[in-house]
Amino acid sequence: MKYYYVRFLVCMAICLSFCTVLTAQNRLDSIQILDEVVVTAKSYREVIPAQRLSGKELESLNSHSIADALRYFSGVQIKDYGGVGGIKTVNIRSMGTNHIGVFYDDIQLGNAQNGQIDLGQYSLDNIEEISLFNGQKSDIFQSAKDFSSAGSIYLRTRKPEFSYGKVYNLKGNLRFGSFGVLNPSALVELKLSENMSLSLNTEWLKGNGKYKFRYRRVNPAGEIAYDTTAVRQNGDINATRLELGMNQRFNTGEWSLKAYNYNSERGVPGAIVNNVWRRGERIWDTNSFVQASGQKDFGRNIKTQLKAKYAHYRTHYVNNDDKQIKVDNLYKQKEFYSSLSAMAGILPNWDVSVAYDFQWNSLESDMWGFVWPVRYTNMVSAATAFKWKGLKMQASGVGIFVNDKVREQQAPPPKNVFVPAFFASYQPFEKHDFTLRAYVKESFRMPTFNDLYYADMGNAQLNPETAYQYNVGTAYNRKNSKGFFRNIKFQGDVYYNYVDNKIIAYPKGQQFRWTMLNLGKVDIRGIDVSAQTTMALFRELMMTVRAQYTYQRAIDITNPEDNYYRHQIPYIPWHSGSAVVNLSYRTLMLNYSFIYVGERYNQQENIRYNNTQPWYTSDVSLTYGFRINRVSSKVCLEVNNLFSQDYDVILNYPMPKRNYRATLTIEI
Amino acid sequence: MIKDSNKKYRRTGACLLVFLCLVFVFSCRKLEIVVPTEYEIISDNTYSSSSSVRGMYLVNEGNMGSNKCTLDYLDYPTMLYARNFYAEKNPNVVRELGDVGNDIQIYGNRLYVVVNCSHKVEVLDAHTGVRIGQVDIPNCRYIRFYRGYAYVSSYVGPVLIDPNAPLGAVYKVDTASLEVKAKVSVGYQPEEMEIIDDYMYVANSGGYRAELGYDNTISVIEMEGFKQVEKISVSINLHRVKKDNRKQLWVSSRGDYRNVKSNLFVLAKKSGYNRMEVIKTMDIPCSNMAVHGDSIYLYSTEWNDFAAQNTVSYAIVNTLTLEVVSRNFITDGTEKDITIPYGIAVHPENGDIYITDAKNYVSSGTLYCYDRYGKRKWSVRTGDIPAHMVFLYK
Repeated sequence: MKYYYVRFLVCMAICLSFCTVLTAQNRLDSIQILDEVVVTAKSYREVIPAQRLSGKELESLNSHSIADALRYFSGVQIKDYGGVGGIKTVNIRSMGTNHIGVFYDDIQLGNAQNGQIDLGQYSLDNIEEISLFNGQKSDIFQSAKDFSSAGSIYLRTRKPEFSYGKVYNLKGNLRFGSFGVLNPSALVELKLSENMSLSLNTEWLKGNGKYKFRYRRVNPAGEIAYDTTAVRQNGDINATRLELGMNQRFNTGEWSLKAYNYNSERGVPGAIVNNVWRRGERIWDTNSFVQASGQKDFGRNIKTQLKAKYAHYRTHYVNNDDKQIKVDNLYKQKEFYSSLSAMAGILPNWDVSVAYDFQWNSLESDMWGFVWPVRYTNMVSAATAFKWKGLKMQASGVGIFVNDKVREQQAPPPKNVFVPAFFASYQPFEKHDFTLRAYVKESFRMPTFNDLYYADMGNAQLNPETAYQYNVGTAYNRKNSKGFFRNIKFQGDVYYNYVDNKIIAYPKGQQFRWTMLNLGKVDIRGIDVSAQTTMALFRELMMTVRAQYTYQRAIDITNPEDNYYRHQIPYIPWHSGSAVVNLSYRTLMLNYSFIYVGERYNQQENIRYNNTQPWYTSDVSLTYGFRINRVSSKVCLEVNNLFSQDYDVILNYPMPKRNYRATLTIEI
Repeated sequence: MIKDSNKKYRRTGACLLVFLCLVFVFSCRKLEIVVPTEYEIISDNTYSSSSSVRGMYLVNEGNMGSNKCTLDYLDYPTMLYARNFYAEKNPNVVRELGDVGNDIQIYGNRLYVVVNCSHKVEVLDAHTGVRIGQVDIPNCRYIRFYRGYAYVSSYVGPVLIDPNAPLGAVYKVDTASLEVKAKVSVGYQPEEMEIIDDYMYVANSGGYRAELGYDNTISVIEMEGFKQVEKISVSINLHRVKKDNRKQLWVSSRGDYRNVKSNLFVLAKKSGYNRMEVIKTMDIPCSNMAVHGDSIYLYSTEWNDFAAQNTVSYAIVNTLTLEVVSRNFITDGTEKDITIPYGIAVHPENGDIYITDAKNYVSSGTLYCYDRYGKRKWSVRTGDIPAHMVFLYK
């Protein structure tokens, strides 16, 4: 009964929002409201623009972490194990997490061990913009790495901007709420000289991670078979983040430096199975890196860029469960990365670029029989961009050369691959921002250290996994300074991806022993659509509606003999989407967001037993900003999972019921 | 002009609204219903009504963490195969049967299912499949019976004596009250057991201690006093123990998956002595076996690093001559359909051979039935990782 009620409520909410649209038509007003100016260093030749979330729009979404915010992009699937400390990984267009590059201030975050970035570990606190590119960032002045992933996410941290006469900015933030969360953060920005600034950002997140979840089953007659509510245990987190940034601009370029340290202790809540309601796994992470980048222009036609990074990741994993095998392992990853790139303008409408990247990775562990792998990666890229009237074209190629060295074992043969890509867009009408676009790209994911060398399971003979992408689409943008519709944006893409030599776990002999093999083949066809509009409803009452829908058919075409041949691959829903409605009146803002993930299967075989139900949550937030003298303050109240849906994203990892959060921000 | 556009917006809006409502009706969550049993009819008319065997239970292990341990039942008189009947028979059990089944046995009128990662032994009525109760035993592995008591091997013995390598134990459970009455420490990570003449023989694997050295012993427990009286050295990483009708023990070793290969050993008492000792090393790999009359049917799955694939082999061993009689009991060439044999059983009366195929561990497996001459009779889809079988008598 309750479900029908919820469904009714949601339908009503949608109806109401549309009614508002319909009845508001007549109230055209004459007040002009300027669109928020987003300070983004937009590349002048980005062929296919990204999906972006930034500024206020990003702030108003009830997101605990970057992974939560990414749910609002089309073509994205998030694996979320639940709670504040739960692992969250992202997958774009069903190609697999390892094909995705995540860039923090333009330098890639690495994890040579398993190739997956846990986005739950990255805070939204200091992030100003998140952008997602399918294929690659279609800009040619970038490092070789930027050309190599099958899809990329760019996280840009806040850059200090000082209003006239100010030499410092102070910002304090305090969040608290469900899961026993206490999350203060502070930001100090100093103007050292006219062109130079320094920023220091710290954050502490503490939570007991406890939340109620519920499992309920009925028998076919509709009677309750069981209905159990329990509290999620061992999901606590205690984490600190420290970020120091410096940058200087000068006439012919700029440089910036960033130091980052993240420290956490987390419980791993584990799967909820019959008779097991808590587990004893714990993880300590210490991730630190220092990165620097500098850009210098020589004359009008030559630009150069230098980047360097050193990272150290330490992971300590302990399983304290008396009933299971005791594990106490320490892993240390080190990474050094440097990149040199240059771009030259040959003609006013024709540019070429080259880049060379070098990366060194190592993984140490006290695990028994570990081979202490070291990897040397060299990457060379060349790219060109051409523009003629409304036509923009770009071609790029990267050669990737990987060499591994291991202890007491023969190193596998070097892996050399070439990653070509071609992007084009065409704007047929000069007066309308309407574009048609297309790209093709081939990319690889290198087998990770775990794939190759993990205890008994790794397979040193693995080849890189390949992804082929073909995409056509269209985009339309319109901005009006007056009238009812202030802004309309639309994007739609149709794509076909093919993943070959997919690295999968294959059973080896007896008793849950596995090895990795290049066995899989996946055929992916999908549609991504997103639209956004801002409406001036009445005087300063503005409404922004953002909606996104993804259709994906991602089937396993490995072997006709398999009983899951041509079945949808695990955890990829056919339908997913989101809608955000934002109402603002001066400094008061009401935000409603809805996320839908359709029916999917939790294993390869699409049989009833493996079926996982759709889930959809509604989140609401109310923000009010006010000023007391020179201090501007903001209060935000959030309710997440408003209708308290009981759902799993990953089988046996129950997600929280309704939860709350309050945020207080002070800026001086 | 303005009016026109308003009309247009209204129409678009209305269309969108209808569309959205439709989407909602079709895409909402449904009430989560207890997973229903699936039935399949198997065409096999060789059943004789004089047979004392009524049916066969099969436990599907399910991959770790998936909570997909399920029970299937084959009813011989009707040849009806019931797939995953537990939830429907016992809808009130929270989170169903559990995570990773590891053994199934019948004692009296009760069916005992050892659910390893749910740390319990589930007790059902063997004729109806209805739950009677459960016994909580941490990391339990195999179950055997002796004079009204169930004996369960467990990886967890005396907790916290040596946190790095706790010894395993055998738990003694009163089958009437379903209470743990006693436990005795054995070797590291004990697996299968067998009882002959008031002594229990427990295969110790040491599977958690690859880096410290596998266990290589059989623990001998004297049943009346319930004490470990002896440890017999056999080979590393022992797994299976089966007794034949000559009171001999057949013990398999998994090897270390590297240099030491899987092997099969025969233990027996020399006349005049009360001590089991290895009387023959068979020198064939063995993953699992089933005893039928004077024959032991066995298969082996071993990973071959060079070929990067599993090497599967089958054999029949004679318990009298202790010789390998045949290197393949499947005679019609259909063994190539089996990816990973994972369980074996032989019908006690008609000699039909049952072999399960676990495939890739994370999809439905298959149960194959061969007649006593090794010809394929039929096959049926099972749950994930079909593994252990037991026959139900009338």
